[in-house]
Amino acid sequence: MRQGQHHLQSLAFLVPGAILLLAIVVWPTIATVRYSFYNGTATRAVGLSNYKSLFSTADTLIAFRNNVIWVLVFPFIVTVIGLVFAVLSERIRWATAFKTVIFLPIVFSVTASSLVFTQIFQLDPHIGVMNAIGQTVDDWFNPPGAYPLSAGQSAVSLATSGVVAAPHGALESSATLRAGGTVKMGLTGISPDTLTVLGARPARVPAPSPGAVTGLVWRDFSISHPSNVSAVYPDEDGFPNLHVALLRSDGSTVATATTDAFGRFSFANVGPGTFRVQVQASNFTPSFSGTFWLGPQSLTPTSNLGQTAQALLSIPLIDISMILAYLWIWAGFTMVVVAAGLAALDREALEAAHVDGATEWQTFRRVTIPMLAPVLTVVFVTMVINVLKIFDIVVNLGIDSSQPGGQASTLASDVYYLGFGGGVHTGLASALAVMLFVLVVPAMLFNLKRISGK
Amino acid sequence: MTTTPVTTTPPVLEPPQGPRKAAGLLKRLRPSRLVVNIVLGAIALFWLVPTLSMMIISFRPAGLFEVSGWWKVFSAPSQLTLQNYKELFTGGSSTVLGGGVPSGLAPGSVLDALRTSLEISVPATILVTAISSLAAYSIVFGRWRGRNAVFLTIVGLMVVPLQVALIPVAALYRDMGSLTGWNPFGTITGVVIFHVAFGLPFGVFLMRNFFVGLPTALIEAGRIDGAGEWMLFRRVVIPLGIAAAASLAIFQFIWVWNDLLVALVFLGGDPHVPLTLFLYDQERTLAANFWIISTGSMVSIVVPLIVFLAFQRHFVRGMLAGAVK
Repeated sequence: MRQGQHHLQSLAFLVPGAILLLAIVVWPTIATVRYSFYNGTATRAVGLSNYKSLFSTADTLIAFRNNVIWVLVFPFIVTVIGLVFAVLSERIRWATAFKTVIFLPIVFSVTASSLVFTQIFQLDPHIGVMNAIGQTVDDWFNPPGAYPLSAGQSAVSLATSGVVAAPHGALESSATLRAGGTVKMGLTGISPDTLTVLGARPARVPAPSPGAVTGLVWRDFSISHPSNVSAVYPDEDGFPNLHVALLRSDGSTVATATTDAFGRFSFANVGPGTFRVQVQASNFTPSFSGTFWLGPQSLTPTSNLGQTAQALLSIPLIDISMILAYLWIWAGFTMVVVAAGLAALDREALEAAHVDGATEWQTFRRVTIPMLAPVLTVVFVTMVINVLKIFDIVVNLGIDSSQPGGQASTLASDVYYLGFGGGVHTGLASALAVMLFVLVVPAMLFNLKRISGK
Repeated sequence: MTTTPVTTTPPVLEPPQGPRKAAGLLKRLRPSRLVVNIVLGAIALFWLVPTLSMMIISFRPAGLFEVSGWWKVFSAPSQLTLQNYKELFTGGSSTVLGGGVPSGLAPGSVLDALRTSLEISVPATILVTAISSLAAYSIVFGRWRGRNAVFLTIVGLMVVPLQVALIPVAALYRDMGSLTGWNPFGTITGVVIFHVAFGLPFGVFLMRNFFVGLPTALIEAGRIDGAGEWMLFRRVVIPLGIAAAASLAIFQFIWVWNDLLVALVFLGGDPHVPLTLFLYDQERTLAANFWIISTGSMVSIVVPLIVFLAFQRHFVRGMLAGAVK
């Protein structure tokens, strides 16, 4: 009798939890499966049509594509990073400080972290760190010219008189010259402000000089005589600091020069033959314009596939940006779990490997990794489940691209938008949720097998 | 271990195969301690950049955000100011900041969001910890049939995506409203109930794993002495399991504090929203004010940061319990 009372009492302890789990987790899951066979307002059964449109409409296929990218890319990289950090941090004295720094982002909400990264990925290199770094590196390898072209502008569009296009974005004189000759090369499309900054003075035609080729490059647009090109007026400025080259008729370079403040240049003692003057392409190298990290570009395979297939095979830049931010958030988790696994390893096996003459790399590859395999698997699976349900970073970093069909959208974000975010379609949202559930079932079985096996 | 002769340790590796030269090369390439220190130092600095940038932006005048990068503060430390925090907590929508940036913020909305976050997180944490402990006690020390099946079901529920339940629970809340006159949809209670239910599987799992390690004899002795189950739970099991309960509570608190989706579904459009939803809404206003977003983010991370730094060990233990065990 007493014994029975004990059993009843202890069973009663289960009741609050059981009621909540049944009412808020189990029953709703079943209800969602039922809704998935209903129409948008959950009023009429429509059979499998929601599932059919799931696999045939471009919007949801984009969400599937993004989930595939996330699952293929993220869990592997974050596990490797966690492993590397955990192993390396064993060799420093300040491992606790290091781990705390890497781990900290987990404590912040993904919302707050995403907002940090919207600022880091800003297009303007004066605001966003990524593009500020990009600009510094780009200027190093690819210094911008004195006359950078804006996007879509070509050097030849600047030519007005006496100038024609040359290969590789350079310009050259339309006339051929001999020693003692002078050439005038008119350009436009460069703002007066740019010239002022460069210290331009009113253009002056240089005097011919025996044995030399001289010339002028100037802004061939006069406010006083707007329709008259090719003549040099006092209100027209020279192009200072322009790199010009003297070419032989076979295209070989004889000499190079730089224009002065009046736009003049001179090549002395050029010898016999005919020449052309080239304005080098490097003068027009555009300055770094920034990578649109959160924009709509994507890495698209060039092929003659259909448009849909091409869209499904491309990787949008926004996915890469989000994955970078998410690595920052989660590397601490994988590192700490792997470090705990490392701490529990049999040190004697590692010592023995060393004593047997194994190198550090061999020990790592053949002893540490196999011994850590169970922990690495758990971390990997945990991260797979995590990114299957990826939502917060998508709506906060993807913002406008997170709507259904957007470049950043995922199954979980589509469930939210289609379920609650305007343009509601209960049936489709439920079918998507069911897909999400189906996708985590393997992870569920993995957990069950692992835990019931103990 | 220290006395174990080296020769008796069985070789773990096969003898090195292939040319010995390659092994020698690898050995020479082995990164020295100095290199590891430098590399990890660089990584740690790199990892601090996002947090640091957010912090600096929140302490720079709002008008400077569009003008120059936050890193300029290192050459002009006088830029640092508490203006944004003052404005965020006391300002009204009519206030215009130094840089000519209108705040567009309802007075007191951040304090309200801070309070709402607490009103959701604290009850959700207490309830999950209490209900999970009770259920885990029942599963470990009860004598009813099917305990293992119940436990495994709960383990299975651990990975159920909460997206699966959103639509029916929203409908359930509305039905409750029409039946009883009390509609949890759009209320903090509705959010708390949802969080508690989805926090339970992990909570029961964690507490059960701890209780399993307690000696059953202790409970049996108590039962023979005539103690009721409630008495045993309160006086024997809880005092022993307080560390596990703390791990669960810290983990759950940070989890709920940082939630966006549940709040978005059940409280979206409500005037009283938690901090995550406040930030989400701010990002979507027409004139997105980055000073509000960065200062608000700083406010939102202060509470979990304090909780984490104070109970670091418990938090990590809770996390490891979920991942490794």
